[in-house]
Amino acid sequence: MEAAVDYLTNHFQGVFDALKIAVLTFLYNMQLFMEWIPWWVVILTVFLLGWRLVRLTAGITFAALLFLIGTFGYWDMMMYTMAIVLTSVVISLLLGIPVGILLAYSKKTEAVVKPLLDAMQTMPSFVYLIPAIMLFGLGKVSALFATVIYAIPPVIRLTNLAIREVSKDMIEAALSFGSSRRQLLRKVQIPQALPTIMAGINQTTMMALAMVVIASLVGAKGLGMEVLISINRVDINQGFEAGLSIVIMAIIIDRLTQGIANRYNYKKE
Amino acid sequence: MSGIIKIENVTKIFGPHPTSVLEKIQAGASKSDILNETGHTVGVYDVSFEVNRGEIFVIMGLSGSGKSTLIRCLNLLNQPTEGRILIDGEDIVRYSGKELQRFRQNKVAMVFQHFGILTHRTVEENVVYGLEVKGIPKEERKQTARETLATVGLEGWEEKMPGELSGGMLQRVGLARALANDPDILLMDEPFSALDPLIRREMQQELLDIQSKLKKTIVFITHDINEAFKLGDRVAVMKDGQVIQTGTPDEILNEPADPYIEDFVKDIDRSKVLKAVQVMSKSLAAVSLSEGVQAAVKEMESRKLTNMFVVDDDQKLQGVVTIDDAIRAREENKDLPEIVHQDYFTAKPEEILQELIPKAAESPFPVAVTDETEKLLGVVRQTSILAGLT
Repeated sequence: MEAAVDYLTNHFQGVFDALKIAVLTFLYNMQLFMEWIPWWVVILTVFLLGWRLVRLTAGITFAALLFLIGTFGYWDMMMYTMAIVLTSVVISLLLGIPVGILLAYSKKTEAVVKPLLDAMQTMPSFVYLIPAIMLFGLGKVSALFATVIYAIPPVIRLTNLAIREVSKDMIEAALSFGSSRRQLLRKVQIPQALPTIMAGINQTTMMALAMVVIASLVGAKGLGMEVLISINRVDINQGFEAGLSIVIMAIIIDRLTQGIANRYNYKKE
Repeated sequence: MSGIIKIENVTKIFGPHPTSVLEKIQAGASKSDILNETGHTVGVYDVSFEVNRGEIFVIMGLSGSGKSTLIRCLNLLNQPTEGRILIDGEDIVRYSGKELQRFRQNKVAMVFQHFGILTHRTVEENVVYGLEVKGIPKEERKQTARETLATVGLEGWEEKMPGELSGGMLQRVGLARALANDPDILLMDEPFSALDPLIRREMQQELLDIQSKLKKTIVFITHDINEAFKLGDRVAVMKDGQVIQTGTPDEILNEPADPYIEDFVKDIDRSKVLKAVQVMSKSLAAVSLSEGVQAAVKEMESRKLTNMFVVDDDQKLQGVVTIDDAIRAREENKDLPEIVHQDYFTAKPEEILQELIPKAAESPFPVAVTDETEKLLGVVRQTSILAGLT
């Protein structure tokens, strides 16, 4: 394992550096945006989304909870954490959805990738922090890398499952009208799979959020870092407030993404 | 009439190495032996037939007889293991991917037993699916969708989602989707089997109506012999992956080629198959107005009839006279038009017996069979209905 990582760092340092720069640029812009956006716009947006996607009381509750995080003094921390979570979710989806589709098409690829996914989910997450640091150095990118590895399996698995479960009748019908493979995928399989893929996105987002504390071990700031600091200082209040903020974020993100997923849940035949 | 579809020795075997099984079956091994020995399923074996342009060709058989496998060979949803399928003279089995796509887009369209409606699309978006795949512009698609939905009786349902529709309506959408593509050939795989009997009958009638306007070539699959005989211009009966008889419903009904078909035919409700034109008598036709009362009485007496239809010189139906009225009229010097009755029933030649029975039972007179111009073609007497049913 060590040899493999050595080999990678020796021969592909350039690739990893380029990757690092790309990811960092994306994350940097995301952070800038998160810092720039006024707090009341965030609360208002969450309120409106909660109202539209779930119901009015949910919108009010979400807005109040967000306000609570603000009163803890963790607003900036929260936005920072949000930037990391969103960035890793975007990367996870960009990689995970195509991989999931690929798995659905090929039994062989599935046989290879499935055990890998199992390993990614069961391996204690501290373990892959080590090669991450060796490849990307200490800091945000390693944190992102670890988060993506931890969070990507659900979206891959559920995309794979969803594409496979598209009804045979619909596929036959689409083929009988002379659809190409691309048209079949774009016009039938993906739209039909969307509700399940949305569930995968929801799971991936939740897992990315669950990684924030561990990610802070390699230098990602934000709410996770606050928790870590409070553990070191045995500061119950600070720990509790930071922890509660993470829970609040989790609840809001979960309900909102579930709301979106439900939108796509048209009645099946 | 020319054969638009020509199937030559088509065999379809399912399994990992289909061609390896080919020799075994040619050597005469049975389907079940092959399944046990090699794990391959023989879906269709050595089937040949021709379908004429503009006819409804029904393939009938019980489940497992290979009929669905066969129809899927016609648009290569199943690739035949061996044999040729000529459509307009071209062997579609040899088509490359692109050619096959073009063929499916333009020449054939399929209607499915379980509808195959895309649940994430509105009714209209479903109907235009084929056009969309072909790359037809949006405005034109919309126009076609409206027209075809009107043809199948679904105007105003364009924006509905499939989840809001009943089974019968979903199949109408399926039919509209196939028609929207304006294919030469319509493949229908048990399209009405999943519908309840009332809706099924309605859909059968509608299919016949649509067909009389559009004159497509239709290959229709069913396991229901009544449906087969009602819709089919010609019927092929399948058993164990082979076609064991092909013919018109009449031929199959009267000369079943096989005990298996005899069994099938026994179940059939003949009143739903026999048509007026098949049971009517032409010789007993009528007396014409110009021949007068005298001739009418003579005709009826000589043939031992109690009544008779009256026509004009163009064979157009004018009414019916009874022998009692005619004898009285002869004494009173009345003319035929004064004594004809109008309370009789008429029927079209293609009307089935089932529809004739109530007419024959309600009226003291026979049923007159006429064409669209009111010309008298023949007469169906109560006795000939009974004779037809046994």
